[in-house]
Amino acid sequence: MTSITVAETPLLRAVLARADDALVHAHRLSEWVGHAPMLEEDLALGNVALDLLGQARSLYTHAAAIEGLERSEDDLAYLRDAPQFRNLLLLEQPNGDFANTIVRLFLHAAFMLPWWKAAMSSTDATLAAIAAKAEKEAAYHVRHAGEWLIRLGDGTEESHRRSTEALDRLWRFTGEMFAIDAEEEPLIEAGVIPHPAIIRPAWDATVAHVLAEATLARPRDGWMQLGGRRGTHTEALGHLLAVMQHLQRAYPGASW
Amino acid sequence: MSAVVPLDAEKLRRRALDIAGEVPDPEIPVLSIADLGVLRDARVTADGAVEVDITPTYSGCPAMDMIALQVEAALAAADLPKPKVRTVLSPAWTTDWMSEAGREKLRRYGIAPPTPRAGRRALFGLDEDVPCPRCGSGETQKLSEFGSTACKALWRCTACREPFDYFKCL
Repeated sequence: MTSITVAETPLLRAVLARADDALVHAHRLSEWVGHAPMLEEDLALGNVALDLLGQARSLYTHAAAIEGLERSEDDLAYLRDAPQFRNLLLLEQPNGDFANTIVRLFLHAAFMLPWWKAAMSSTDATLAAIAAKAEKEAAYHVRHAGEWLIRLGDGTEESHRRSTEALDRLWRFTGEMFAIDAEEEPLIEAGVIPHPAIIRPAWDATVAHVLAEATLARPRDGWMQLGGRRGTHTEALGHLLAVMQHLQRAYPGASW
Repeated sequence: MSAVVPLDAEKLRRRALDIAGEVPDPEIPVLSIADLGVLRDARVTADGAVEVDITPTYSGCPAMDMIALQVEAALAAADLPKPKVRTVLSPAWTTDWMSEAGREKLRRYGIAPPTPRAGRRALFGLDEDVPCPRCGSGETQKLSEFGSTACKALWRCTACREPFDYFKCL
């Protein structure tokens, strides 16, 4: 099946970016199903993935409506190639060990909770409606990942070491959450999406609180790797898409 | 002979709500979608079609397609004209919409109902008090925030030693 290319307007790109974030993260978390350290965690990661997948579906449907070409949510998810994906680099990183997965979930959920809260008053009514649902779900995600991170950081020598390594490995991708794309500025001014600077204090506070409880040190802000929002991805995304998109590419239009 | 009785639009709307409201939730069949607050509204459109609004509990609730299908089938079986189901996201569903009768049915089914108007508890630390749906004891513990479906958490009772599902507050 040939790939599709979306002619992005700033609004379409902004919605696709959040849809891709949710889809890519949902896919990563779903890779744990059947492999988590215990049954409860298998269910939990699957449930968080399901929430994110639901958010992705609503956002892709909104994106397709903005595009106005009668494409479906599935077309946008399955038929775009990696350079067309706008997700944060953080979310495509391989799962690694359990600590790495929990740190990735925590760092992003702690950002999304205040982001969705702010987006509830978006001037885009559909985005505001999606935000009102997602905000409640994000609260569970932050709490779940935060409680795990406290348990791991303040746990054994081994779990503390692995959590520290995960934080150091992933910290370089956190700057992208707060970076502003010049194209997004008019959208921020029009009140469509929140300015990332207003999200920062809440994120800093949640991170500080949990890391302190977890006896983990906050890594220093050094070089921050950007590129995901522009389609310049790490090698990891191509592998993820190869698995996720295979069926629709090999058997176009296949359905249950 | 399928001549539709010329009910006025309001009667038709109420009938659609009554019929759709009887549809059971596929994952918790003891509750109807009216009990759950998933059924939001109905209307008769300009072209005479009956349109019913439903809203998902969680964004990724996999039961939504099934519910939409069952509502359409129930309306069609009752000979309502051109039944259609619309999924609406706003206002966002909350457990406060669950009816009193629904909460009681849930408890008798073995699932602890959500605490009404519990609001948002603190991000970390504080736990809710959830009485055991089987023996009523308050001596209960949370096992996991995420249970068998997106809307439930896993708890256990330390008095009667039974595990149980808790319908999460949202």
